Amino acid sequence: MVNFKKFILDNGLRVLVHEDHHTAMACVNILYDVGARDESPDQTGFAHLFEHLMFGGSVHIPSYDTPLQQVGGENNAFTSNDITNYYITLPAVNLETAFWLESDRMLSLAFSEQSLEVQRQVVIEEFKQRYLNQPYGDVWLKLRPLAYQEHPYKWATIGKELAHIEDAKMEDVKAFFKKHYNPQHAIMVVAGHVTFEQVQELAKKWFADIPAGERYERNLPQEPLQKVARRQEVDADVPVDAIHIVFHGPSRMHPDYQAMDLISDVLSRGASSRLFRRLVKEKKMFSEINAYVTGSIDDNLFVLEGKPSEGVSTADAEKAIWNELEILRNELVTEEELEKVKNKIESTLVFAELSILDKAMNLAYYELLGDAEGYNSEIEKYLAVRPQDIQTQAYKIFRPENSSTLIYHAKSK
Amino acid sequence: MQNQNNLNRSLPPQFNSIDGIRLISPQESQYDNGLKLFLFDSPGQELVRLEWIFNNVFDENENPLLNTTLSAMIKEGTVDMSSAEIAEKVDYYGAYLIPEYSYDQTSITLYVLNKHIDKLLPVIKQLLTEATIPQNELDTYIQNNKQTLSISLQKNDFVARRLFYTDVFGPNRYGTVPTAERYDNISREEVMGLYQKQMQPHNCTLFISGKVDDTLIGMVSTLFGKEWVATHPQISPSLPEIKPSVGKLIYEEREDALQSAIRLGYPVIDRSHTDFPEVQVVNTLLGGFFGSRLMRNIREEKGYTYSIGSAIASLKYGGFFTIASEVGAAFTRKTLVEIDMELDRLQEELVSDEELSIVKSYMLGSMLGSLESIFSHADKFKNVYYSGISLDYYDRYTQAVKSMTPERVMEIAKQYFRKDDLVKVVVGKLD
Repeated sequence: MVNFKKFILDNGLRVLVHEDHHTAMACVNILYDVGARDESPDQTGFAHLFEHLMFGGSVHIPSYDTPLQQVGGENNAFTSNDITNYYITLPAVNLETAFWLESDRMLSLAFSEQSLEVQRQVVIEEFKQRYLNQPYGDVWLKLRPLAYQEHPYKWATIGKELAHIEDAKMEDVKAFFKKHYNPQHAIMVVAGHVTFEQVQELAKKWFADIPAGERYERNLPQEPLQKVARRQEVDADVPVDAIHIVFHGPSRMHPDYQAMDLISDVLSRGASSRLFRRLVKEKKMFSEINAYVTGSIDDNLFVLEGKPSEGVSTADAEKAIWNELEILRNELVTEEELEKVKNKIESTLVFAELSILDKAMNLAYYELLGDAEGYNSEIEKYLAVRPQDIQTQAYKIFRPENSSTLIYHAKSK
Repeated sequence: MQNQNNLNRSLPPQFNSIDGIRLISPQESQYDNGLKLFLFDSPGQELVRLEWIFNNVFDENENPLLNTTLSAMIKEGTVDMSSAEIAEKVDYYGAYLIPEYSYDQTSITLYVLNKHIDKLLPVIKQLLTEATIPQNELDTYIQNNKQTLSISLQKNDFVARRLFYTDVFGPNRYGTVPTAERYDNISREEVMGLYQKQMQPHNCTLFISGKVDDTLIGMVSTLFGKEWVATHPQISPSLPEIKPSVGKLIYEEREDALQSAIRLGYPVIDRSHTDFPEVQVVNTLLGGFFGSRLMRNIREEKGYTYSIGSAIASLKYGGFFTIASEVGAAFTRKTLVEIDMELDRLQEELVSDEELSIVKSYMLGSMLGSLESIFSHADKFKNVYYSGISLDYYDRYTQAVKSMTPERVMEIAKQYFRKDDLVKVVVGKLD
């Protein structure tokens, strides 16, 4: 149970406070309600590039990092298809420095040309390091456009191609900031060795006079119902074949989300999970195999990915996966197996409470989903799932016409 | 933009100096069978972590692949339980069972809610005393790891790391890397032999952190204090032979590389040496955090890389220093030149008080922030315990960081950060 209190400034900034006095640290997490899904198709990768530019100095503070390091703090950020999340951890005695830094960059950036040039180059190297210069690094660059035809989830957060990063212009950077980076599109969570009153006072002092920004209607293209199985096979410079099968599934706030998520746990969470037990250990058909849900706010993907063992054809390996999905469609999971994956969710939640940063990030994310209290009640949704719900979801999701399959054939074999 | 409350946004708020950390001293005891026990009690949460840590045992070949295999195989079957049954039990009770190999120790870690300890401790007892290392499971392990290895060998960073360890440490426990052939040569008999020698109470230290109550202690005493009987005499530790490394460039060309992996370094002192905290300060200044010179120069000014960093690792028999990055293929040589320049600069130019003070604040803040839960207290203790020193190391560390001077930085740089002795590995393209 993570206790918190909430207030909203007049400019729309939502602030949540979680006191945890076991630590001498504080953490300030700011979530901006913007991700790669908000990009235009000819300027992909922009939300993430922008995240890098947020560290290039703000209107009154030339360097973001140095003053924070000076007071013993650390920071980082990440961008997903849905959100951009920035966080600071620092000694609680220096909490105000975080408010000073974060409020100034919410007010306005310095928009330095030099920062744009360098960060563009850094992101290009990141693109190469993570997606191009690694075996299988480009899987999601291929899978997303295969699985999504309309929804902006069809591109990865890093962007569709290097050219989009190379072409980013300062005027686009400014427009992006104006639209998305303002109090009404932000959620701030302060956690750790702090008090509610202290945070209230600091939030008013540093954030209250930041203009609210303009509201806009998020109007994303919806993904049409998939009616035909999709398939792509590539010859790649990799040593081992690989299979990826993805299915469309319910969105994050859909009541069926938890059942779908538990299916992925039944299939692949822990050493006792079905895919690992049967396909890796018993039949020795895969050297590794995983199932998971992307966890997106909109239309989710249920992902299965594996590498067949030496001597096993991709066709046989694919059949073995489908066979496991068939079992889920045709047979109820036992109460005991369901209990097992629920227990794991429960213990993971207890362990997550050890970290103030994890708690702060989770509260911010659930607040974005609608209500931070959802973080505490999430477990009940999981516990309410019955074997029949698992079967119903499996039946809905694991249909060939709902699938996109990507096969890597190893060239070097 | 004007503020109605006359806030001067250009001025940073006042800040406070950062205190050292206060660590919890464990309660220490030893059972008759030789098992040592350290308890870190934090009654607040209903969870506990137990770590059984064994000193690695090596024969004269010092093939660490045997030890990594043992670590992975220990939960793959006992006299009474199959691999599947063990996994089922751990998962059913929401626990995490993580065997882990490191250079000098092998550990088995159990994370579990207190309410389930009675279900899981007997399982661990079996793993430690009655593991069978089934041939069938071993075959699967070897086959899968060979496949994973073949994939890793296509990653420039992985290859660079191998070349680095092989050269810096030579053919011993620290420098021997996995190959397909070495996997093929592993036999069940050897792994079993190692299991019998290594997994003994007198070679084990148990660290328990979290909610440590009487029920838990009672069970631990019975299962691991009384019922765990040594079946092999104690083995006195052997020392690895580490030759001083010689500066050189090792280059493996990858024609189609978009980026080069670079890795530079050599052996240095370990944590037990009195200069270690000061060496950490200089390392942090050079490449140990986002505001370090390497990061600012090579990423934030030149954009050659997504990330670059340096580190000092402490092993039981010595430590090592590394700088690592993956850089755009066209920037490989330029990056090496910049790294040289930064190493020279450490030795030739006094660091400004301002820059040094940022490094100090960062290190003190980072130390404070590293104490997140009772587990971190145990981790801090293990660091010093396995370096053969006591918890007052952290007071000395804080003191050394606070009192570091620009002159001392230069002295330390001259002694420990010598560019001519670096082993430089490049995998990718050099021109």
